[in-house]
Amino acid sequence: MMASLLSLLIWLPILGGALVALAGARADLARWLALAISILVFVVSIPLFTGYDASAGTLQFVENAPWITAIGANYHLGVDGISIALILLTTLTTVLVVLGAWDSVRDKVGQYLAAFLVLEGLMIGVFAAMDALLFYVFFEGMLIPMFIIIGVWGGPRRVYATLKFFLYTFFGSIFMLVGLIYLYLHAHSWELSSFAALPLGATEQAWLFFAFLLGFAIKVPMWPVHTWLPDAHVEAPTGGSVILAAIMLKIGGYGFIRFSLPIVPDACQEFAWLIVALSLIAVIYVGFVALVQEDMKKLIAYSSVSHMGFVTLGVFISLALVRNGGNRDAAYLGVSGAMVQMISHGFVSGALFSGVGVLYDRVHSRMIKDYGGVVNTMPWFAAFWVLFSMANCGLPGTSGFVGEFMVILASFAMSPLVAAGAALTLIIGAAYTLWLVKRVIFGEVANDHVKHLKDIDAREALVLGAFAAGVLVIGVWPAPLTHLMDASIRQIVDHLLVVKA
Amino acid sequence: MNFNFHDLALLAPENFLLGATCVILLVDLFLKPAQRAITHWLSLSAVIGSMLLIVVDDDPATNAFGGTFLHDGVAAVLKIFILGVTAAVFVYARGYLRDRNLFVGEYYLLCLFATLGMMLLVSAGSLVMVYLGLELFALSTYALVAINRDSGIASEAAMKYFVLGALASGLLLYGMSMIYGATHALDLAAIHRVATSTAHPNLLAFGVVFLVVGIGFKFGAVPFHMWLPDVYEGSPTAVTIFIGSAPKIAAFGMAYRLLEGGVGGWSPHWSQMLAALAAASLVIGNVVAIAQTNLKRMLAYSTISHVGFLLLGLANGTPAGYAAAAFYAIAYAIMTTAAFGAILLLARAGFEAEEIEDFKGLNQRNPWYAFIVLLIMASLAGIPPLFGFFAKLLVLKAALDAGMLWLAMVAIVLAIVGAFYYLRVIKVMYFDAPADPAALALPRDLPLRWLLSVNGAALLVLGVFWGPLIAWCYRAFGLPS
Repeated sequence: MMASLLSLLIWLPILGGALVALAGARADLARWLALAISILVFVVSIPLFTGYDASAGTLQFVENAPWITAIGANYHLGVDGISIALILLTTLTTVLVVLGAWDSVRDKVGQYLAAFLVLEGLMIGVFAAMDALLFYVFFEGMLIPMFIIIGVWGGPRRVYATLKFFLYTFFGSIFMLVGLIYLYLHAHSWELSSFAALPLGATEQAWLFFAFLLGFAIKVPMWPVHTWLPDAHVEAPTGGSVILAAIMLKIGGYGFIRFSLPIVPDACQEFAWLIVALSLIAVIYVGFVALVQEDMKKLIAYSSVSHMGFVTLGVFISLALVRNGGNRDAAYLGVSGAMVQMISHGFVSGALFSGVGVLYDRVHSRMIKDYGGVVNTMPWFAAFWVLFSMANCGLPGTSGFVGEFMVILASFAMSPLVAAGAALTLIIGAAYTLWLVKRVIFGEVANDHVKHLKDIDAREALVLGAFAAGVLVIGVWPAPLTHLMDASIRQIVDHLLVVKA
Repeated sequence: MNFNFHDLALLAPENFLLGATCVILLVDLFLKPAQRAITHWLSLSAVIGSMLLIVVDDDPATNAFGGTFLHDGVAAVLKIFILGVTAAVFVYARGYLRDRNLFVGEYYLLCLFATLGMMLLVSAGSLVMVYLGLELFALSTYALVAINRDSGIASEAAMKYFVLGALASGLLLYGMSMIYGATHALDLAAIHRVATSTAHPNLLAFGVVFLVVGIGFKFGAVPFHMWLPDVYEGSPTAVTIFIGSAPKIAAFGMAYRLLEGGVGGWSPHWSQMLAALAAASLVIGNVVAIAQTNLKRMLAYSTISHVGFLLLGLANGTPAGYAAAAFYAIAYAIMTTAAFGAILLLARAGFEAEEIEDFKGLNQRNPWYAFIVLLIMASLAGIPPLFGFFAKLLVLKAALDAGMLWLAMVAIVLAIVGAFYYLRVIKVMYFDAPADPAALALPRDLPLRWLLSVNGAALLVLGVFWGPLIAWCYRAFGLPS
C-alpha cells in the first residue's frame, strides 16, 4: 500500500472523477460521492507527511516502472519535502472546493466536480513526477479540465478568458517541451536527475533557461505575461479561481525550483538579474494595478501576481547569493521563503476567492461598489475576511508574514535596494487589501442587497475555517512546514554550487 | 523471375482480399436491396480476415517475386492499420449510407479494391508495383467520390480529384521514367544500389523532384493540396472518412518505399524538398483551418497541417524519423476516423451535421459523445496525455535529433495556432447552448455508437499505454525498442 501511495493519490481522484461524472444526472449523489472521494484522497495523502523522513531530504515513496520503453520514458514517481507540502495543499484545497460548490453550482454538478477531481489527480502527478515526460503529460493534461471549468461554469466573458488561458499556457509549455526533448537527446533519459547531472555549455543553458522561463513564467504568472490571469480569475467559477490561485500558480514556482535551478544553474545565475527585476516589477507595479481595481476578483488576481513575485524573487536571489560569496544560509532562506510563501498564498488566495464566492452567491456581483457595511449583516464572514486580508498584507502571526519576511531577509544579503523594493509590497499590499476591506466590509450598510444578507452557514464556515486554520498555523508555528522542506531545500541550494558549463 | 508457390503464400493477405472481393462482387449481384447487409458483413469479414492473415504471418522471407513485393515489418504494421481503419470505416459508414440510399455494393467493392491497392503500395518493391498499387487505389477512390451521382458538389469534387490525381500520377510516372533512364532499373533495391553512382545525376535529380511532387500530391501537402478540401467537403461523409484515413498510411508507405527504398542515397536532396513542403503545409493548413465553418473542410485543412508534421518526420531520412512518421500516420488515421465517425453519428437523413455549429450544446444533449468528441479534438490538437501528443512528440524528437531546429520551431508555433480551431469545436459543444435543447436522438446503430466510444476512449488509453504500439513501429524500422 505504502509502496504505491503516490499512484493511489494520482489515480484515485481521476477514477473517482469518472465515477462522479457518471453519477452526474443525480446532483446530490454526485456531491456526496465527490466529497467522499476528495476526503479519502486527503486522508490517503496524510501518510506522506507522517511517513516522510524529513531529515534525509531525499526522494521517498519512489515508484519506478518502464512506461514507454522505445524512448526510455519511465513512470517514475517520488516526492521530497517540497512536493509533499504542495501535494497536501492540493488535497486539502480540493476538499474545500468540493464543499464550497455545494449550493452555488447547480448546473451539471457531476461534470463540475468530476473536472476538479481529475484536476486534483493531475496536479498531484505534476508534483510527484520525476520523469520529465511524465511531468509534461500531467502539466499539459491540466489544461483541458480547467478549460472546461472556466468555459462552462464561468462568467459572461468566459469563452474569451478560457481561450486566453489555454493558449497562453499552451504557448509557454510547448517551448518547454522542445527544451525537454533537447535534454532527452543529450541525456538519453527523461529522468530529472540525469538532466541535473548533464553538463551543458553556457549557450545551451541560456536557450534552455528561456524555454523553461516561457513555460513557467506564464504559469506563475510573471509580469509581463500575467494578463491571462485576471481574465481567467474574473470569469472562472469560485472553485476554478481557488484552484487556479491556490495550486496551479504554484506549479510555475515549483517548476523553477525543480527544473531551472538544478538543470541550468549557470544560466539562472547569469539571468538572475532579469528575474529579480521582473519580480520586483510584479511586486510593486502590479501591486499598484491592484489598487485601482473595481472588481474584487480582479483585485485579488493582481494581488496574486504581486505575491507570486515574491516567490520568483526568493528563488532567484538565492542563486545570486550562493554563487557570489557562497552565502548558503541566506540562499536557503530565500528558497524556503519562496516555498512558505507559495503554501501561504495557497491558503490566503484560496480563502479570499472562496470569500468572494460566498458574497457572489448572495448578491451576484463582484463589484466593490455593490457592497459596503457587510460587517453589519455578516459578522462571522467579516471576521474571516479581515483575517485573510491581514494575512494578505503580511501581518505577523499570519502565514503571509513568514514567507515574505524570509524573502526580504534573504534579499538584504544581496542588496538593501532589492530588499527595500520588496519591502514596499508590505505597504502597497496593505493599501489595496485594507482599502478593499474598508469599502466592502466596514462602513454603513450600503444598499438593500447588503441589508438582506444572511451570514455564512455551517458549510461555508467550515470552508473558511479550514483556510483560516491553515493561515494561522503556518503564521504562528511554521516549524513543521519548514522542517518538512528543510533538507530538500538544502540539497537544492547545495546543488546550485555545481558549475555545469 | 521464377514463379513459386511460396511467393504466393507470402501474398496470402492480398490474395485473400482479392478473392473475397471477387466473391462479394458476384454475391452482391444476386442480393435484393433489403439484403445489402450481407455485403456489409462479408466486406467486413474480408478485411478482418486479411488482417488476421497478416497478424499470424511469421514467415521470415523478406520479399517475393524477385523483390517486386516486399514482405517486411514495415509493410505488416502499415497493412494491419490500413485494414483495421478500413474495417472501422465500414462500421461507421453503414447507417449514413442507408439513410441516403447509398447503401450499395459498389461502395464496399470500391473500398475493398482501394484497400487492396494500398496494401500493394506499401509492399511495393519496384516502380511498377508502386504505380500499380497507386492506380488501383486512385481509380477506385475517384469513383467513390462520385458515388452519389445526383449530387452536383460530389460530381465536381470527383472531377477535380480525377483531373488533379491523373496529373499527379503522370508526373510521378514521368519521374519514374527518368529514374529508370538514369539507373536502368525498376527494382527499388537495385535503384538504391546504383543511385549514388549513376552516370546521369541530373536526370536522376529531376526524377527525384517528380517523385516528391507525386508523393506530395498523394499526401495533399502544400502546394499540391488544392484537391483536398473540395474532395473532403464534396464527398458523402461516408466516403470522406475512407479517403481521409487509411490512404495517409498508404501514402506514407509509398513515400518510404520510393524515397528511402529507392533513392535513399539522395536523402540530403529530397529531405530539403520535404522540409519545404512540411513548412508550407503546416502554415497553410493551420492558418486556413481557422477560417472554416464547415467541419469537414476544417478537418481537411487540419489534415494538411498533420501532413506537414508527418513530412517533418519523413524529411529526417533516419530510421527514427521514419518510425515517427509511420506512427504519426497511424495515429492520424485513427484520430480522423473517429472525427468523421462523430459527424456520421450526428448525421441523420436530411441532416449532414457537418457544420461546426451543428455540434452546438452537444454536452447538454449527450454528455458522453461530447466527451468523446472532446477527446478526439484534444488528440488532434496534440494535448497530452492523448494519442496525438505522442505522435507529435516522436516527430519533434526525431526532427531535433536530426538538427532540424527551425522546422521543429515552425511546427510548434503552428501547433499552437492549430490548438485554437480544435478548441473552438470543444467550445461550441460545451460552452454554447444547443439550438434544439431536446436530448439527442441517437441513431439505433449500436455498432457505430460502440465503435465511436471505443475509438475515442482508445485515444486516451493508447495515449497513456501506448508503449507497445510505438515499440512495434520502432522494431519495424529496425530500431531498438
